Amino acid sequence: MSSNVPGDLKYTRSHEWVRRLPSGELEIGITDHAQEALGDLVFVEVPAVDRTLARGEACAVVESVKAASDVYSPLAGRVVGSNAELATQPELLNQDPYGRGWLLRLAPEAGEGDAGLLSPAEYVKFLEESQ
Amino acid sequence: MGLKTPLHDICASQGAKFIDFGGWDLPVSFGSQIEEHHAVRRDAGVFDVSHMGILDLEGARSRELLRELLANDVAKLTSPGRALYSCMLRPSGGIIDDLIVYLRAEGAFRLVVNAGTRGKDLDWIAEHAARAGVQVRERSDLAMLAVQGPKALSRTLPLIPSALREGAQSLARFSALEADGWFVARTGYTGEDGVEIMLPASEAEALWRALGAGGVRPIGLGARDTLRLEAGLNLYGNDMDESHHPLESGLEWTVAFEPRTRLFIGRAPLEALRARAEHPLFVGLVLEERGVLRSHQRIDRARAGAGAADAPAGEVTSGTFSPTLNRSIGLARVARGVGPEVRVDIRGKSHAARIVKPPFVREGRILIDL
Repeated sequence: MSSNVPGDLKYTRSHEWVRRLPSGELEIGITDHAQEALGDLVFVEVPAVDRTLARGEACAVVESVKAASDVYSPLAGRVVGSNAELATQPELLNQDPYGRGWLLRLAPEAGEGDAGLLSPAEYVKFLEESQ
Repeated sequence: MGLKTPLHDICASQGAKFIDFGGWDLPVSFGSQIEEHHAVRRDAGVFDVSHMGILDLEGARSRELLRELLANDVAKLTSPGRALYSCMLRPSGGIIDDLIVYLRAEGAFRLVVNAGTRGKDLDWIAEHAARAGVQVRERSDLAMLAVQGPKALSRTLPLIPSALREGAQSLARFSALEADGWFVARTGYTGEDGVEIMLPASEAEALWRALGAGGVRPIGLGARDTLRLEAGLNLYGNDMDESHHPLESGLEWTVAFEPRTRLFIGRAPLEALRARAEHPLFVGLVLEERGVLRSHQRIDRARAGAGAADAPAGEVTSGTFSPTLNRSIGLARVARGVGPEVRVDIRGKSHAARIVKPPFVREGRILIDL
């Protein structure tokens, strides 16, 4: 099963995606591959605004009928927004993982770059290798 | 790679995602597990349950043997085709397996057992059968389909051998009939009406296709679990096992203590436990907050001082998100006197939950207060 990997995002090996917004803030969610593997999502817990996150820190929980999974912050920074719509419509994460299913927005810590994140091509390769 | 059922390839071609279940590669879903769940509650769906063990017992003393091996009493099976749900116990009272036993003819019974326990069941039964001169034959030549839902029977009738059609139409609940190598039973594991069909493996794919053409959706194991939990039906390995007895697993109703002269295996410890009446209770749980109950989560008393300080009040044995109730439900083992309000520890956070009496849903209707 091939999953959708948009060309304008960065990725992690734990299946998060990162979008750099014009403001310099980062939007974060889970990939199409991740939502597909989890199945129907029924519960999403997003972080509180102003919470400070370290790189790799568990910052959200996505729970499907099958299981609960942690979402890890791809970069260090301060939470400036989280998707309240997911509280009542967790299925948005299945339907539109790169759009209305976004999880949080982060103001990255000074000096936090894209180092360590995967390009779309690298993420596609990673998915193929982990099949 | 695990074991494959005769329906593996057709399921794969229909987009099934597979998981390992007791050593078998089985479809967990064909797309959306929640849609599959609703399809069974509202219409009809078909499950491949060919991984389950089918054991045929034959011999003049087979009834006598099963009256010793099973906690329920096969003396209740008074005419061919009748079925009985029962636990099979160790001498300690621990549950080896739960199963359905059908009377096929005098001296001939069929047992349907769980896939994960098949090996030890066979060993246990064979050991006792040898002494009683009863033949045990595993029917791995058969496939098994469960068609479940309010429309299941009407959609299935045109597809079964004509010799069975009329009888199947008026088949009583928990009864079966057979002809032409097909065995049709009005049983299931979803809380809906429906049939379970055992048939020659070579004919299974044609039936699967015909059911699909007739509007019956393929359903995976994921929805099978949410359906059985809503129906308040136990899952072996989650809700009971060899270290738990029927009385603390919500299965006392399946233990036939009468007649008192029937010395089934496990009887003595169960009688003692019943007389003492101190064993934990088996209950349903509804989560009052957002989140999802899962097996092994700890249950605490809602108010401190209501019982022994710090001692857990119980444990969730099965939990899931209920698509019909749109909230999380579970089954649990709790100490006596706990509840109805309790707290459940979900990943380190305490959540409010309430003890209820299962089933949660039967035949499309919600049976508990929300």
